[in-house]
Amino acid sequence: MDIHEYQAKELLARHGVHVPRGGLAYSPEQATYRAREIGGSKWVLKAQVHSGARGKAGGIKLCSNDEEISNAAEAMLGRKLVTQQTGPRGKLISRLYLEEAVDIAQELYLGFVLDRKEERVMIVASAAGGMEIEEIAETAPDSIIRATVDPGVGMQRFQAREIAFGLGLEDNLIGKATETILGCYRVFRDYDATMLEINPLVVTRDGSLVALDAKMSFDENALFRRPEISELRDKSQEDPRETFASDRGLSYVGLDGNIGCIINGAGLAMATMDMIKIAGGEPANFLDIGGGASPERVAKSFRAVLGDKNVEAILVNIFAGINRCDWVAEGVIKAIREVGVDVPLVVRLSGTKVEEGRKILADSGEAVIVADTLAEAAEKAVAAWREATKNKKAA
Amino acid sequence: MAILLNRSTRVIVQGFTGKIGSFHADDMKRYGTKLVGGVTPGKGGQTHLGLPVFNTVKGAVRETRAEASIVFVPPPFAADSIMEAADAGIKLCVCITDGIPSQDMMRVKRYMRRYRFEDRMRLVGPNCAGVITPGQALMGIMPGSIYLPGRVGIVGRSGTLGYEAASQMKALGIGVSTSVGIGGDPINGSSFKDILQLFERDDDTDAVVMIGEIGGPQEAEAAIWARDNMRKPLIAYIAGLSAPKGRRMGHAGAIISAFGESAQEKVEILKEAGVVIVPTPASFGEVVADTLARTKKAA
Repeated sequence: MDIHEYQAKELLARHGVHVPRGGLAYSPEQATYRAREIGGSKWVLKAQVHSGARGKAGGIKLCSNDEEISNAAEAMLGRKLVTQQTGPRGKLISRLYLEEAVDIAQELYLGFVLDRKEERVMIVASAAGGMEIEEIAETAPDSIIRATVDPGVGMQRFQAREIAFGLGLEDNLIGKATETILGCYRVFRDYDATMLEINPLVVTRDGSLVALDAKMSFDENALFRRPEISELRDKSQEDPRETFASDRGLSYVGLDGNIGCIINGAGLAMATMDMIKIAGGEPANFLDIGGGASPERVAKSFRAVLGDKNVEAILVNIFAGINRCDWVAEGVIKAIREVGVDVPLVVRLSGTKVEEGRKILADSGEAVIVADTLAEAAEKAVAAWREATKNKKAA
Repeated sequence: MAILLNRSTRVIVQGFTGKIGSFHADDMKRYGTKLVGGVTPGKGGQTHLGLPVFNTVKGAVRETRAEASIVFVPPPFAADSIMEAADAGIKLCVCITDGIPSQDMMRVKRYMRRYRFEDRMRLVGPNCAGVITPGQALMGIMPGSIYLPGRVGIVGRSGTLGYEAASQMKALGIGVSTSVGIGGDPINGSSFKDILQLFERDDDTDAVVMIGEIGGPQEAEAAIWARDNMRKPLIAYIAGLSAPKGRRMGHAGAIISAFGESAQEKVEILKEAGVVIVPTPASFGEVVADTLARTKKAA
């Protein structure tokens, strides 16, 4: 789960990391009022969306008077910001953050990730800040400092100090940098983060160390014990199709194709989507219905998939293990009658009691296209989608 | 004797008396698994499914000489249960639980390193379908009927995609020595490489099918190891060709976040290491049959 820059900065500030003075604004009036509160003569207005690379997309503006702030705020609010990371749909700007402008002497990079190879929290730092870490890795790989934390004892002060010296900071900044790094680590650990990035961390001309930007993601599996993080969720930043599904306990990812997918198991779901692509179609979504595949869950899944107006055919692929195909088939028929499915539907059942399941589908009188194998299911779904789009064009 | 599990392995269930634990314990027992008891704190002394219940894993090990444990404990308490098993001298722990926080798993892995390598518990999972040695024993949630006993090993992250592979093989009369689900979490007990090492040493396994997916470094690590150390044929499929970057595809670990983590990149790495690629998820059966036939001819 991602949070906004201003939320990340609030968390970090509470743990001893210095951030510029700033305030949140939902309207141009609030933005200009914030400028009065903060004081000074130069401010930065920043669109709060869950994405990096906002500057290049016009989501960050330097302002030096009320008029500039007000104009910039008006131009940003209510608009969708399309960055390199958001995809073509972009993300809605409904919150702005106004900050005092900082006089930058040097830009650094500081990041924390869960490293899957080391199975530890890894700190990545570089004196070549201000660009994406991938870019640093390409242009200045020798500048990258890495350290990992033993989960048994946590991060030690010497590790933070080593990084601070490694960054080549002046002596009077070593203490501040050590506190900043340890503060970040505590936030990362205490709130079950999976990613924390301060890019850039800047040395100002008056000799302080400030987090100019902050990005954080959190472990969704740990949210049960982090209600204070759940509270920071901003649904306006999510794909509405995904919000609908996740509110109903379904694992769903929206994509750009036309063939809706309802499948049990994440691996089989990915494989079925691959098969659709190989057969010449494009999946509209990833959806793992989970182990149970009860009639209620099947019905919910149909609602989630049909909520996407681009869906022109649906493929259901269930491998019944613990389950039985006859029960799943009954669930599918019940869902069709309850939800009303007006696009071609291909169902492939496999596993326990498969013959009984297929018979229920065949005897139901509903227009269900039955497939025996995974390959056949994908081919039939793509063919049905082509037929449906042809008919649509003819009509 | 296949790997990890056979008909004489003495197994206990942690989270024994819960709904899910009870259901699968019963299923495993009927398959032929040597189930010797279970653990539910506070219910020690009771009998459940005709077997003794213990308050602690240590107690269960002392009374039943259990060597293996399967965990059905809910996510907030599962890491604790795994560490309890490690401390009680369990040799193989299979954790089915989905949804354990990553930092908990980091602690579990660190905790397990307290023991000397020879004494260290082997963890499979979490968020996995478990382990089955067809015709002998089941420690997991997979449907036993789809596996034919045989000589091909399976190791995969996903449950149902593993079933798909096993049933395609069964349709062609190809059986399985042991199937191991290593789970879909970013930090897991056993890696692909760990399981390949066991299959390579196993006299009852002739070839191995590896079912990977997007995200993480484990498939690439396994490919490099296989290139340098494995004499048995390795056959692999990577799911997630159509998965976009940066999005979590169901499994907590199925997310492309770094270079080399997409399906296309992993397939390239595997090919370069000489691994046989299953081009589509509909051709597991065919490719395994072809590979076995070619190996036989060469030998």
